Amino acid sequence: MIAPPKPELVTVNIDGREIAVPKGTNVIEAALRLGIDVPHYCYHPKLSVVGNCRMCLIEMGMPAVDPATKTPLTDPATGRPKINWSPRPAIGCATNASPGLHIRTASPLVRDCREGVMEFLLVNHPLDCPICDQAGECKLQEQATGYGRGYSRYIEQKNVKPKRTTLGPRVTLDDERCILCSRCIRFCKEVAKDDVLGFIDRGSHSTLTCYPGRKLENNYSLNTVDICPVGALTSTDFRFKMRVWFLKQTNSIDPESSAGANTVVWSREGVIHRITPRRNDEVNDTWMADSGRALYRQVAAPDRLAGAAVDGAPARTSDAVARAVELLRGGGAAVVGSARSSVEEQFLTARLARALGAPAWLVARIVDGDGILVSADRNPNVRGALVTGLISDLPSAQLDSLASRINDGRVSVVLSVGEDLTVAGLTPAQIGKVRIVYLGTHRNATSAAAAVVLPGLTVFEKSGTFVNQQFRIQKFAAAVPGPSGAADDLETLSLLANGVGGAAPGGNLRSVWAALAAEAPALAAITYDTLPDTGLLIDGTPWAGLVFAEGAGLHFTPTK
Amino acid sequence: MPEQRRIIFKHIDEPGYSPDLACYLRHGGYEVLRKSIQRKPSELVDEVKASGLRGRGGAGFPCGVKWSLVDRKSGKPIYLVVNADESEPGTFKDRYIIHQDPHQLVESIVISSYANDVKQAFIYIRGEFPHGARILERAIAEARAANFAGPNILGTGYSLEINVHRGAGAYICGEETGLIESLEGKRPYPRIKPPFFPAVLGLYQCPTIVNNVETLCHVRHIADIGGAAYSKIGTPNNTGTRILCVSGHVRRPGYYEFEVGRVTLGELLNDVCGGPLPGRKFKAVIPGGSSAKVLRFGERFKGKRKVGGDTVDFDWAVEDIPMDFDCLALAGSMGGSGGVIVMDDTASMVDVLGNINEFYAHESCGQCTPCREGSLWMKRITHRMVHGVAREEDGQLLKSVADQIAGRTICAFGEACAWPTQSFVAKFGDEFKAYPTNRPQGRTEAQELV
Repeated sequence: MIAPPKPELVTVNIDGREIAVPKGTNVIEAALRLGIDVPHYCYHPKLSVVGNCRMCLIEMGMPAVDPATKTPLTDPATGRPKINWSPRPAIGCATNASPGLHIRTASPLVRDCREGVMEFLLVNHPLDCPICDQAGECKLQEQATGYGRGYSRYIEQKNVKPKRTTLGPRVTLDDERCILCSRCIRFCKEVAKDDVLGFIDRGSHSTLTCYPGRKLENNYSLNTVDICPVGALTSTDFRFKMRVWFLKQTNSIDPESSAGANTVVWSREGVIHRITPRRNDEVNDTWMADSGRALYRQVAAPDRLAGAAVDGAPARTSDAVARAVELLRGGGAAVVGSARSSVEEQFLTARLARALGAPAWLVARIVDGDGILVSADRNPNVRGALVTGLISDLPSAQLDSLASRINDGRVSVVLSVGEDLTVAGLTPAQIGKVRIVYLGTHRNATSAAAAVVLPGLTVFEKSGTFVNQQFRIQKFAAAVPGPSGAADDLETLSLLANGVGGAAPGGNLRSVWAALAAEAPALAAITYDTLPDTGLLIDGTPWAGLVFAEGAGLHFTPTK
Repeated sequence: MPEQRRIIFKHIDEPGYSPDLACYLRHGGYEVLRKSIQRKPSELVDEVKASGLRGRGGAGFPCGVKWSLVDRKSGKPIYLVVNADESEPGTFKDRYIIHQDPHQLVESIVISSYANDVKQAFIYIRGEFPHGARILERAIAEARAANFAGPNILGTGYSLEINVHRGAGAYICGEETGLIESLEGKRPYPRIKPPFFPAVLGLYQCPTIVNNVETLCHVRHIADIGGAAYSKIGTPNNTGTRILCVSGHVRRPGYYEFEVGRVTLGELLNDVCGGPLPGRKFKAVIPGGSSAKVLRFGERFKGKRKVGGDTVDFDWAVEDIPMDFDCLALAGSMGGSGGVIVMDDTASMVDVLGNINEFYAHESCGQCTPCREGSLWMKRITHRMVHGVAREEDGQLLKSVADQIAGRTICAFGEACAWPTQSFVAKFGDEFKAYPTNRPQGRTEAQELV
């Protein structure tokens, strides 16, 4: 293992308290380590520093030195080093830690600066809060309360600007609310590499807009909504739908690719209203793709499997499981697991296959990656299947060897975990030759042909873990309950495995993890409960010889 | 009456003096370049340092210091950018240099570039000077054809390209980092300093010198007579000559070149410019372009100042203030860009401030909050006072808004737009208070513009 380089530490003094921080850390971040809030709008830890909002103005001083001897001077009154305070306030975002730097964040001057900036930001800001989606998570509201004057001295007319500009398919802009912090512009340029946003006009009449003939339609456009400190950039999907303070936040993982962006699922009364990224500096910083945010729609999709079925007729879940066990025990079984299943489900799938003595396959989904947070491997958990021993080699997109086993009669029953076998290359004739047990969430050609259908849960309705492209195991939690007719996949797989004589651990996360940690060397000493929210890197060296499909992405460099 | 001393404007207004190369050569043009290009570049930098030349664009920063701050070890090219974006209201000197004596500027650019190892110089000229741009382009072409610019200048192996770049009409492009952004083809948003000091991270993130037209023209004369001799012109720490542009309520407005500090404001306005218009009295003067703080006739300035090695007391009326950087600073204003704007007793100071605020609200680039919102707010207050309901407390509100801008912005525009308001309200507070009941009847000259 390569040790990370040790940064040079410097001691700075903030409001009389000293802290050692890496040289170059800015005052906002250094103060944060002391629990001191330096309010700001334009500064974003993952974007370049422009210093335009002026909210983070602080007082700055350096130790005084004797010009002749270059020795530090002492203040005779206090006996402490004398500090030369700069008469002008400086911006915290562009003031970097250097040895002996002194900062005041609570002096009368700093308070006055903040009051002034707050007043200026509000004079042309509409009083939209009662109808604004940002209300409740608005930096302008929060900091007006925390640092503002509390009354208005402005009696003139406010600026009038466009109230609903469609910037692209997913983002709607209210220019009157915009405080011109330029975070969105910098995001598009620096992270999304799609420099489409800019200001036109000048002074207080400056207006955010797209370049003529262009749209904000890249797959990261909704991040501009997340980082907008006010309600200017809004998600067209979420706009006017729900008050944010009613929403429950559940930590989750974007399942659309092996990048594994960390997310928060926002729900109320069992309904998901939006998905936003969750900061993980090792994986996705503070970003995620738009495509991953739309996935919540699969929860209430019209083609959702709502109840168990046997031979096309609705059945009780217990009867369907019994029928599935009966079929699987009849011999000639094969298992098509899923690289979209959680590590825990894959572990039980492997147990089941082993108990049946059945071969197991996965279906690969390889397309182009975008070089940022949607990787080439659109399965979130291929590495989980390797770690749990479900597979020992990388999957392919077509199940050719399964097809030939069906053709020669060696396979007569197939358990498919969420995979549509027709998409994976099986012909209708081959489908017709076998009995299928389908464990999945949505209707498709395979579920229609299945002898037994066992409805399962989407990633938003269950808890578990994925192993991403970095071999980082990350957990997600159930945000909303599943449909009444669906059962937790862990429970169903456990029942099936036990039914075929496989002695599976009980169908809950803790019992599965007890066995998992004991059996999978890479996961030893990990438990679901102690797994940190930002995940843990596990040892991927046993699979170093495999040629994974992912290209370079944010915080990911392929090994070859 | 103090005599003008014309160095930069030596030939300007001379009958028959034309901006072409032949005329310039007849008047000794490019002789200094021939001389200078044989010297070591560092010697020329030392001459400029010794001359004590201070920037004529507004801030009065010592030119030699600016040059010596340039990062010469970065391995990156060094650029010279000539700031010809003369936009400060009340200032009209650089335009005359460009229009009437462009080769003086070109020669200075070549000498300065040679001194600083610059291979590429840019002249950033404001968009409203289309003729100036054409004149400069012609002058550069002539100089190039005569081998005073371009490749292998005068056979020395030193090469320099000079390009003219026209702005698109924004005051903020005169701010050096805003100018650099504009030159790079971007919106002229001034950069934050630190880290983007032009001497280290300027044009295209390379070390860059940005000098005003008039400042650069002095370099030719410094190279000619030597820094030490030049430093004897003017007064200590305020060396050389500078061009004063007088406008407003005087009998003979215009441009005048004096040794710095050798003429007082009173001598300039009363003797040189012929005093107030008939039947009028001077009321106020802005001594260094509209951003400079206003001076009120009748106020006195007292304090101590250094003359030579001694500290002496001073007690000045407005008329007694020597027109140099340091004395105007002692009087609480600044020499700025040399634009002297005079107002007499017919001017309503509220209307005048309304006019000034209109300008700054229009020209704020909009990048940082205090200036963007504050300049427009101040404009809306004065506009309301002039055209709508004026309130007694408006003066204090104006001052409070201005106080929230100055010193808190990315660039000096914050001060530029706050200082007029601060000084107008401080010095003419009674007029602001009385304005609601005492508003001038009929439309005044200043009101027409608000």
